[in-house]
Order: sequence, then C-alpha cells, then structure tokens
Amino acid sequence: MVHIARWKMILIALVVVWGVVYSAPNLLSSETRDWIENTLPSFMPHKTVNLGLDLQGGAHLLLQVAIDEVLKERIDDLEASSRDAIRKEKLGYKKVGTIPNGIRVTPKNAGDAQKIKKIIRRANAEVNVLDSDNGAIDVTFTEQALKGMVDQTMSQSVEIVRRRVDETGTREPIIQRQGEDRILLQLPGIDDPQQIIGLLDKTAKLSFHLVDTDTGRSIGTRNLPLIEEPGRTVPIKRRAILTGEMLTNAQTTLQDGMPVVSFRLNGVGTRRFCDVTRNNVGKPFAIVLDDEVISAPNIRDAICGGSAVISGRFTVQEASDLALLLRAGALPASLKIVEERTVGPSLGADSVEAGKIASIVGLVLIFFFMTFTYSLFGIFANLALVINVALIFALLSGLQATLTLPGIAGIVLTIGMAVDANVLIFERIREELGAGRSVLSAIDAGYSRAMSTIVDSNLTTLIAAVLLYSFGTGPVKGFAVTLGIGIMTSLFAAIMLTRLFVVLWVQKKRPTTLPI
Amino acid sequence: MKGIHLIPEETNIDFIGKRFIAFALSTIILVASIAIFSVNGLNFGIDFSGGTAIEIGLNEKPDLRDLRAELNDLDLGAISLQTFGKETDVLIRMPQQEGDAEAQKAAIDKVRSTLNNIYGEDQIDYRRVEFVGPQVGEELKEAGAFAIIFSLLGILVYIWFRFEWQFGVAAVVALAHDAIATVGLFSFTQMEFNLSTVAAILMIAGYSINDTVVVFDRIRENLRKYKKLHLKELFNMSVNQMLSRTLMTSLTTVLALVALWIFGGNVIQGFVNALLFGILIGTYSSVYVASPILLYLDVRRIEKAE
Repeated sequence: MVHIARWKMILIALVVVWGVVYSAPNLLSSETRDWIENTLPSFMPHKTVNLGLDLQGGAHLLLQVAIDEVLKERIDDLEASSRDAIRKEKLGYKKVGTIPNGIRVTPKNAGDAQKIKKIIRRANAEVNVLDSDNGAIDVTFTEQALKGMVDQTMSQSVEIVRRRVDETGTREPIIQRQGEDRILLQLPGIDDPQQIIGLLDKTAKLSFHLVDTDTGRSIGTRNLPLIEEPGRTVPIKRRAILTGEMLTNAQTTLQDGMPVVSFRLNGVGTRRFCDVTRNNVGKPFAIVLDDEVISAPNIRDAICGGSAVISGRFTVQEASDLALLLRAGALPASLKIVEERTVGPSLGADSVEAGKIASIVGLVLIFFFMTFTYSLFGIFANLALVINVALIFALLSGLQATLTLPGIAGIVLTIGMAVDANVLIFERIREELGAGRSVLSAIDAGYSRAMSTIVDSNLTTLIAAVLLYSFGTGPVKGFAVTLGIGIMTSLFAAIMLTRLFVVLWVQKKRPTTLPI
Repeated sequence: MKGIHLIPEETNIDFIGKRFIAFALSTIILVASIAIFSVNGLNFGIDFSGGTAIEIGLNEKPDLRDLRAELNDLDLGAISLQTFGKETDVLIRMPQQEGDAEAQKAAIDKVRSTLNNIYGEDQIDYRRVEFVGPQVGEELKEAGAFAIIFSLLGILVYIWFRFEWQFGVAAVVALAHDAIATVGLFSFTQMEFNLSTVAAILMIAGYSINDTVVVFDRIRENLRKYKKLHLKELFNMSVNQMLSRTLMTSLTTVLALVALWIFGGNVIQGFVNALLFGILIGTYSSVYVASPILLYLDVRRIEKAE
C-alpha cells in the first residue's frame, strides 16, 4: 500500500526535526553555543560532538602500576610481624622465607607447629595457614586480601595521579583505572607531556632519618646514594623520624637566593620532629626521597615550630616539582608508561579539516551520481542522506560519544553505503515496472521485497560494528561507534524518510509513469 | 525526466559459465597471497610491534639521507624515516629500546634534541609522538585477532540462521578469500599493518558479506519462483538481476572513499587503501566466488517450511 499512517508521518517528522536541531550546535561558533547554554533553558541543544585526542590534540598515556611492589612490602611486613610474634611467645623457628603470595615458616621443634600456626592466625586476619612439606608452615594471603590490596593500590594510585595532574593545571583530564593494574590518562590540549610524565615516574615517598654515625653496625642501617654527590652513600637508620604523610603543605621559596622547599607538619609530626631534633643537636639527619638522599644536613637546633625547609642543589623547576609531589602525596607503587600517544594541535586541526572536506566532496559526488541515475527519486535519496548525516551528528552530540579520525572515516564510509538501501529499493521498483506492474504496485512491491535484503545486509554490518566495539581499542572503537550509529540512521533514512517523500509525491501528483 | 541507466536493464552475462576462469584467478590470488605472506610477513606498525613513531612537520624540505645517517648514529637501533604526505612532513620510526620506560623516554629525548639541533626548535612542529610498550603491543595484537575472529563468527551465525547451511559455507569461503587477499596485499606492498587496518579488514568483511547476502537473497527468491529452471541459468539470472545494484553501491562507496583518499589526510590513507581494495575484491568474490561455490553445494529447491 502506498500509504503511511498519519502518526508515523508525525513521528518521522519529529525525528528529523530533532536531528536537525541537535546537530545544529556543531555548526555554531563556541560563543553562540555558550550563549545558548547560559541564557536558554537547559534542554535547548548546546552540546557538540566530543572530539577525540587525535582530533583536538592532546596526550594519551597508559600507566602500569607495579602492584608487585606493594605485594612485596606486604609480604615483608608479614614476615617481620610473624618473626616478632613467634619470638614473643618464646618459640623457635629454623627459617622464615618468602614464597609467592606469602611466607614459609620452618619451626625449630616440629611439636610447636600447631602453636605457631595459632599465633600467626591470631596476628593476621587475612591469611591462609597451611601445612607444607617437611613440617614447614605456609602462610599466604587470601584471594580476598590480594584483591583488596590490588583495588586499594589502584584507587590510591588513581587519586594521587589525579592530584598531581590537577596541580599542573591541566584542563579536563580523564584519569581512570583500566583493567587489572593500569591507569588511563588523557590530557586534552597537552602536546608535550614530558613535564607531566616527569611528575608521574616518581613515587615521591619522603622520609626523614637519622644518619648512623656509629661505624661497624649494620643491622637497622641502610646505605643510600646521595644525590648531591654521585658515588657517595649515606648510612641511615631504617626507622624514619618523619614520613611524607605527616606533611600538610609544601611550597617553593628562596633561601639565600637558592630555591628550597618549605613544608609544614601536622601535630604528630611537629611533636616528633621537635623531640628528635632536641635530642640530637649537632648530629646529621637525612632527607630521603624514593630511596635517594636529597641532603643530609646537621641538626643545629631543636625545630619545634612545625615547619622547616628542604635544601638541596635544586633548580627552580626541580624545587617546584618536589613541592608539588609532596603536596599531592606519595604513590603506593611506582608507575611505568606502557603506551603514550601525543598528537599536536596542528595535526588534529588538519585531520578535522581533511575530514570535513572529504565528507563534503563525498556527499556532492554521490548527490550528482544519484540524481543522474534515479532523477527525482535520486533527489529524494539525497535529501534523506543530508538528514542522515544530521542525525549521525545529533546522536554523536547527544550521546557525547567521542569522534576520532577513524570515526570520521566511518562517517564518510556510511555516506557511501547509506544509499545502498535506496539503490536496492529503486532497482527493485525498476524491475517491477519492467515486469509490467502499475506505478503504485511497483513502488509497493519495490519497498516490501527489498526489505528482507536490506535488513539482512545491514544487520550483518551492525554485528560487525558491535563486535568491533566490544573487542576494539581506541581508534577502532571510535570507528565502530560511528559505523553503528550510521547503520541505524541510514536504515531510518532509507526505509522511513525516502519512503515518506515518495508517498507524499505520489499522493500529490498521482503519476502514471515513474521518473526512475 | 528519467534517470539514466548506467547498466542496461536486461543484462545476460554468463557469470557462472566463466567460473573456471574465476576459480583459476582466485587460486592464483590465494596462493600468491599465502606465499608472499610466508616470505615477507607483515609490516606491523608500532601498535602491534611496540616502539616509537614521531611525526614532524618542517618548514623546509629535509635531506632524508643525511637525517637518517644522523639519527642512526645515535645508536638507538634501526631508525626508519619516510616523508608522510607532504614533502616537509617526516615520519620517524624507532624500535623498542632495551630497558624500561625511562629508556624509551631517553631515546625520544635524544631524537628530539638531535632534530632540534639540526632544524632549530621553533622550526619543528611535533605533530605526533606515539610510544607503545611491547606488552601492550602483544595485547593489542591479541585484541585485534579476537575482534576479527568474533566478528566473522557473528556474521556466520547470522547467515546460518537466515539461510540454509550451503549459503553459509559459500559466504564463508568468499569471506576468507577476501580476507586472505587483503592480508596478501598488505604483505606484498608492505603497507603498515596497524589497528586501523584491523578495522578496515572487518569493514571489508562486512561489505563483502553484504554484497554476498544481496545476491543470495535473490537466488533464494528465484529458487522459489522458478522451480524448473536449470540451476546454472537461475544463478546467472539472479546475479544479472542484481548487477546494477551491486555496481551502483560499489560506485557510491568508492566515490566516498576516493574523496577520503584524496582529501582525508595521510594518517588514514592506509586505511582507505585497504577499503578500496576490499570493495573491489568483495564485489568480485560475491559474483565469481560465492555464487559458483553455492552451485556446487547442491542447494535443494525445496526450501525449509516457512
């Protein structure tokens, strides 16, 4: 039947109006859009397509968190606390060693095994304690404990990365956990991420230690390299006087013309620092950052005011970076960059421009071709194609999907393939006319018979798009998004929209032949 | 005003009769593709191989030979250079460095400072810097393979569901034909094979199956309609009936792609190359590979009860 119900017509018209209105902001200048956003009600369209980093320029970083460092720390703690606990109960062990995810304890007397197991269970909540070979006991963290450790490390890392990036004043960064142990960092507009990378590859664990002045003692002492004098090491006491968490603020200031980092301590830190400095006047202490000694000055006086400075041979940049790292806090584990993609603003702008030109040229070529081949019906198809493109942009803007360069390719390709449904229909109408059908019945048959083919061919492509989206990464995903959206809008444009045009035309003109 | 018929209304080309020529041609293409692939392999981009790519824009035309010598003196492994689109744009590719992220960063810095020394820092536009670690490269390779395999399976299941199994098998053979030929093309030309290429191959698969489905749809319809017609004639008739559609759609898609090829910028040129090739081979295979194979698979005239 060459007829469309009134409510369907209204629905189609509404979709078209929605598409045109919501794609329109993409054509407006940013000032106009801001004006709409600020003065008109919020349902008025002001959103534009979200450009991917490859189009607007920016840096994409994938960071891997060294979770095993945290696990190693936890195992070391477990080892130390187990030794303590066993000793406290006056029991003996032959050996305590580490195994994957835990430790292995070999009791001195096999008869103590049960008691030792009980002690370890009491001291640690989240461990499995099992008998191993030769009377040894294996203590391992539970699945749940390991998962909790990973999750906590990741959320802390994301938080610290966020603070550090925020401190640099980067606008609208995207920072999120990806997979098990990775952090995705997207920095729009940053074309040289070296400064930010420089801030991320330090864990920034700060601690103050007394320097061990006794010679010969080694337990409880570590030798750490001194940054100021390469090759020299400083023996420091393991136990920290202060740690980074006790800092409340850090700033760069100048002292005697040299940049230094001044910091403030919280209550606990102030008291501790006061006590230690008072008892150790004249002795050196070391300021340690990530297992390196920044400087090891002598304590001149008791420092009880809760603030002090860290001096070293800093450049202004180094000092301000250090202050920033101390303010943002330490990472629970070190980060490694496993993927970095930076696109400069010029390339992004070029790509957008190229995409625009390619789309317009593609459209114009197809317009000519379709009009040439199908005359009036071709024009109907062209009109539907324009609305189709508007709908794609309206959906992309509305869903705030990210448009990437391959995404633009997807749109251009969609433009090329969108007419396929119309071609199928028009060719079928030609055939039916050739078979001697009347105008109305040929149109009717053309639409209904081409339908199964159209559905089959578009569904197969849609399946490809959906799977591409779920398995693809980055640019491939962007392509899948526009392809999928394009298939749906094309189906609407071809089946509903051109059909509406054709039906309206037929109803008005009552043609006896078709210009096809 | 009537539209102009590019293809005569009633074509009667004997596609099926030429099937032996087509089979010979396809066999040559497939054997050659596999042979080239096993000898040459693929030129994996940094997405898959890991490593660093730096694209720079200069204000003058660079002497690539000098620049290549200069950069390879840095002892960072084999650094390859090529102009990229414009004569003043250069793409520098550097292999994965030994060591951790620090080593990669140091290598990038070395190249940067060398370039800055030669051309002056303000004369260079760093258009793109990409670094992919080896592990990520492996994962992307895996994800790409998964994407291709699952998409093909998904399409297959759909065809199986909608048609009889013979159609499914014939469609797969045509699809595999196109995929192998595309990989062969990439191996032969040593065009960079990267993430976008995976997307392009899937797109080609989608397009090819689309074309095949359209022809199969008509064959199925004709099988119901003409119960007495000889199969060969029926297949020929079906392909001929769909010929104008097949060519129209290929043409409009090719037109859009040509626009993209000329104006789309060089970043996606490889992607467009693959698609253009894919559309040609996809159109060919749906006519000359899928249909003749279906002929041999003994499609019964009695359709499933519907």
